[in-house]
Amino acid sequence: MTRSIRDWLWVLAFAVLITFSVPWFLWGSSTVVAGLPIWLWWHVGWMVVASVAFALFARTGWDRLMGVDAEAGFGTPRRGGDP
Amino acid sequence: MTLQPLGIVVAYLLVALGVGLLAYRVGGSDAEDFYLASRTLGTLVLLFTTFATLLSAFTFFGGPNLAYAAGPEWILVMGVMDGVLFAVLWYVIGYRQWLIGRARDYVTLGEMLGDRFASPLLRALVAGVSLLWLFPYVMLQQMGAGEALRGLTAGAIPYWGGAALITVFMIVYVMVAALRGVAWTDTLQGLFMLSVLWVAVVWVVSAIGGVGAATEGMIAANPDFAALGGGLYSPQFIISSAVTIAFGVTMFPQINQRFFVAKSATVLKRSFALWPVLVLLLFVPAFMLGAWAVGLPIEVPEGANVLSVLLAEYTPTWFAALVVAGAMAAMMSSSDSMLLSGSSYFTRDLYRPLVSPDASDRREAWIARLGVAAFATLAFLASLTRPGTLIEVGDTAFSGFALLAPPVIIALYREATTRDGMLVGIAVPQALYLLHVLVPATTVPVGNTTVELLARSYGGWDVALAFMLLGAALTVGVSALSSPSFGEDADRFAVGGD
Repeated sequence: MTRSIRDWLWVLAFAVLITFSVPWFLWGSSTVVAGLPIWLWWHVGWMVVASVAFALFARTGWDRLMGVDAEAGFGTPRRGGDP
Repeated sequence: MTLQPLGIVVAYLLVALGVGLLAYRVGGSDAEDFYLASRTLGTLVLLFTTFATLLSAFTFFGGPNLAYAAGPEWILVMGVMDGVLFAVLWYVIGYRQWLIGRARDYVTLGEMLGDRFASPLLRALVAGVSLLWLFPYVMLQQMGAGEALRGLTAGAIPYWGGAALITVFMIVYVMVAALRGVAWTDTLQGLFMLSVLWVAVVWVVSAIGGVGAATEGMIAANPDFAALGGGLYSPQFIISSAVTIAFGVTMFPQINQRFFVAKSATVLKRSFALWPVLVLLLFVPAFMLGAWAVGLPIEVPEGANVLSVLLAEYTPTWFAALVVAGAMAAMMSSSDSMLLSGSSYFTRDLYRPLVSPDASDRREAWIARLGVAAFATLAFLASLTRPGTLIEVGDTAFSGFALLAPPVIIALYREATTRDGMLVGIAVPQALYLLHVLVPATTVPVGNTTVELLARSYGGWDVALAFMLLGAALTVGVSALSSPSFGEDADRFAVGGD
């Protein structure tokens, strides 16, 4: 099975999500914004970004990256299913 | 007076037990229902049962304790990397296992691998290794409960009393309820704990004058706490902990078995996308409470849980008792998930294939229950020796499980993997890591310098990381050198299309 550019973009997106889960560029910074350390705000925002990215992936790349033929109904629910 | 909270805790545990019993009556009685709730868990229940399984003493008490001692960066280590990295592994390992498990009705990881590689030995090895590392993790719950009750009752209940109480509840619970019961109570408790935790934060924060004041107090007491990094938190520590925990979690029997139970792919997808948010909602308040406590005029005795002390000081007794009760109940149900999965590993992958292939179902059920009782009791006895902090004990268990992950991932994706590759790739890193855990580090002079042997970390990196790489290399390398044995069938892991 050949991978498309879109598949590789997802792999890249996951790598970026994982790498910057820790805001390395804020290392040593003790700036406090609105009562909490600035790196904690990054954490809050990043988790939301991750969640949105995951939701997008679940809609578009989920079965293709796994090499499952969604058409055959193997990877998708048999009845009911996604809105 | 000091015993009143105990009443609340016990009452709560009894209610949890009741819910489990109710669920058990709803479910069937065959093995697939007992262990997998007939593969019918929906999004909310799957999400929370996986989540609540992570709601152990490690996150509840160990995390805040560490934040109190070393700073709130543990939020990043545990929450973020675990949130994102685990979610990715949820897809890479979990979805794949779900596809394979659904097609071939597997119940345990060992069963799946043993079938694919036609090897009862591999099956037993995976089960044995899993049970080995499960032991310290069950111990951890007992240690956490012991401390929590002691803190709550100001010492009226000794450490061993709390540990014994949760052990008894664990055993009784697992005997009467099955996965459906555990999953139901997990869901209730997950929701309950999230809510009371946020109530606790509001309560404590308003008592000390707001979030800004709490953080100012924290910084005044320890200026290093607001800064990212420093002290314990080196990049090596953050990466080592995050990687070993995330990979380790996927191989925990109770988590790994969850990969088989989703009702549909949609359930897996939704859980996957909601995961980071759930992690965020839980870890930020729990660990910030621990970090803020540094700036507050409270005394945290040696070995005590900062969260119990903090609540006892700033919230009414009944509320503190309710939080501790909720935490203990969550720990109890995560222990039950562990014991339940552990017992399925024991009976299906060890007892039946190796000891008594034609044992009756009734006999198997009894062996499972006796095994659970013996396992929990031994863990209780070991927990009395207090072998380390909650984080240390938990981390050892996570790393041990993490070593299983690379060979399993390779087996899931590489058709060329062979039985010999799997056996070597699992056994060698486990043996080496055990050696590092059990034998104290020694310093050996080499020339005019010294080299440390058998240390748990080198230059700040957890030695388990090296063994994970070694395991991957051995699995691929030995597979390349050996040829598939009779009966191996890579098609059993095919997921269609590729």
